[in-house]
Amino acid sequence: MIQFNPADLATMLPELFLLGATCAILLIDLFLKPAQRDVTHWLSLTALLVAGVLVWRGAPEQGTSIAAFNGMFLRDGVATVLKVFVLLTTGLVFLYSRDYLRQRKLFVGEFYLLLLFATLGMMLLVSAGNLVTVYLGLELLTLSSYALVALNRDSAVSSEAAIKYFVLGALASGLLLYGMSMIYGATGTLDLAKIHAVADFSADSPHRMLLAFGLVFLVVGSAFKLGAAPFHMWLPDVYQGAPTAVTLFVGSASKLAAFGMTWRLLDGAMGGMNAHWTQMLGVLAVLSLAVGNVFAIAQTNLKRMLAYSTISHVGFLLLGFVNGSASGYAAAMFYMISYALMAAVAFGMIMLLARAGFEAEEIDDFKGLNQRNPWYAGVMAIAMFSLAGVPPLFGFFAKLMVLKAVIDAGQMWLAIVAIVFAIIGLYYYLRVVKVMYFDEPHDKAALELPRDRGFRWVLSLNGLALLALGVFWGPLLDWCNSALMVGAR
Amino acid sequence: MSFQLICFYAFAAVTVGAALAVISVRSPVHAALCLVLTFFSTACTWLLADAEFLAIALVLVYVGAVMVLFLFVVMMLDLDLDPLREGFVRALPVGLVVAVVMLVEMLGLIGVRTMQLPAPPEPAAAAGMSNTSWLANALFSQFLLPFEVAALILTVAIVAAIPLTLRHRVGVRTQDPGRQVRVKARDRVRIVKMAAEKPAMPADAGETTP
Repeated sequence: MIQFNPADLATMLPELFLLGATCAILLIDLFLKPAQRDVTHWLSLTALLVAGVLVWRGAPEQGTSIAAFNGMFLRDGVATVLKVFVLLTTGLVFLYSRDYLRQRKLFVGEFYLLLLFATLGMMLLVSAGNLVTVYLGLELLTLSSYALVALNRDSAVSSEAAIKYFVLGALASGLLLYGMSMIYGATGTLDLAKIHAVADFSADSPHRMLLAFGLVFLVVGSAFKLGAAPFHMWLPDVYQGAPTAVTLFVGSASKLAAFGMTWRLLDGAMGGMNAHWTQMLGVLAVLSLAVGNVFAIAQTNLKRMLAYSTISHVGFLLLGFVNGSASGYAAAMFYMISYALMAAVAFGMIMLLARAGFEAEEIDDFKGLNQRNPWYAGVMAIAMFSLAGVPPLFGFFAKLMVLKAVIDAGQMWLAIVAIVFAIIGLYYYLRVVKVMYFDEPHDKAALELPRDRGFRWVLSLNGLALLALGVFWGPLLDWCNSALMVGAR
Repeated sequence: MSFQLICFYAFAAVTVGAALAVISVRSPVHAALCLVLTFFSTACTWLLADAEFLAIALVLVYVGAVMVLFLFVVMMLDLDLDPLREGFVRALPVGLVVAVVMLVEMLGLIGVRTMQLPAPPEPAAAAGMSNTSWLANALFSQFLLPFEVAALILTVAIVAAIPLTLRHRVGVRTQDPGRQVRVKARDRVRIVKMAAEKPAMPADAGETTP
């Protein structure tokens, strides 16, 4: 019989701290008057900060992995990197959305609690060492997200988005579970590392078909969660319908977690079959690049356009997997981190321009922004150029690393397809820049900035970070690389 | 054919039949009752597979709690399902074709042969315990972390249900027990001292009339 080991608790100290803090905030928030909601705001930010410090301090030595709870929970390099950025982007969501929520009467404790629970789910998901923990972490994340999307009950668009997200998300979870059950049936274990060791995919194996079947379902489930074409249908509606604060979360932090899940499932458990799933991911990547970039051109709604741009970025991310080696995953992780930070600026800008009763989500709403406020027009332009992948910005080096990984894998045609679609994608990013700089504004008055000074400072810093990381991208890439140089696999 | 196998086929047939009835009967109440039957016969097949705890849990949780709640909701809402059913017959052939194709593909891919692999040794029997106590041991030792995370998910469900359903309406008359208890007699009854009034004189009335 397996005994409980107290050292396991120390291994997952950041998660336990965040859980305790979330429960404390849940109770404290009950006794706060609506005017005192700022207390919840600052407490949540402090909780994220402390959890981030604990993750940082608890980072395992390079190349090692600490398992807890019989391998259910793993603390390794990838988990550390992803958790740091998950906590960072969730903190950005809190910082950016306070005024936005207050104007829409959504400044409620539940927003903070659900986001904190979702963060906990993401931390578990990226640390999962077992199919059961993968599934439960995912459910903790997605159930909180469904509720967050539906938070604005009085908006029909929000409710529609939430229902679509819920139904398709449940379908994806079902597919994922079905695949997991097949793999359990073929290997007799739920532990990812053991599956990797046991799974026998040789031609004379009796489990060959069962494993292949399970693998297909795992790929489809992960693609659903990432939003890769042709499983992307939920993305545009959810991005458009959700309150922008929630869109920011779904588009940045939860994508990092989805990357972690995909990596754990495909490389962690099914690494022995990467010859098979790299082909599937190659097809998904090309489809995502095509659908994302082509459909984005037709959009007039900025949030919808960014949703299609997400699909194309997911395509790029999947290209990193095609290599099937540590350097490819490192490039993909670097790409996902860069995307999360860029999306944070873009959605932050939408929230900066939004007022009570005005969402600023149409591209036309950005007309002539340069005349109204040159600084924030510049920040938005940096975000758009970076998303498009213009040097010397962050997004360019992320794309470069992924392309390098693809070429190293000998898939030259995939690299060419990716470049062609990236150039097509330039059009719609540059259109936003053109609208800001060359069109006449509807309203010539100077932009009325939100009172929240912290929001403005952090948004500017986030925009400048895209430039800074574009110049000094080396340390971050080294960190991603060293996280993936796990000798254990 | 052993008795157990006959039982299995019987319960499986009832399960499939009841599941078909769920989506084909007209009345939603009947559909909910058919779903109860589906769960119940599924529980019976699980009993046959020596998974007695899961079978009982299915009956207790789904039949006992979830389906009763469903029945309450279905009975309280006056649902008009006819618009929902429009196009059911028209879409049926397409659905059937897709279902059959998927089934054939799955069977072809997995192969019926691989389904008949020797079953792995049952851990409960190997440990010399009953199924229920083995599950309990596993749940609170090996699967402790997932068990606790599942509890967290339930917490999220409660937290999420509140903003999605609670509505603060103005002008609703509600009781506040605290105020009811704190009330003093003088808040309710006001004793007003005023001079005693003399009855009006008929003579006065006579004076005012011209």
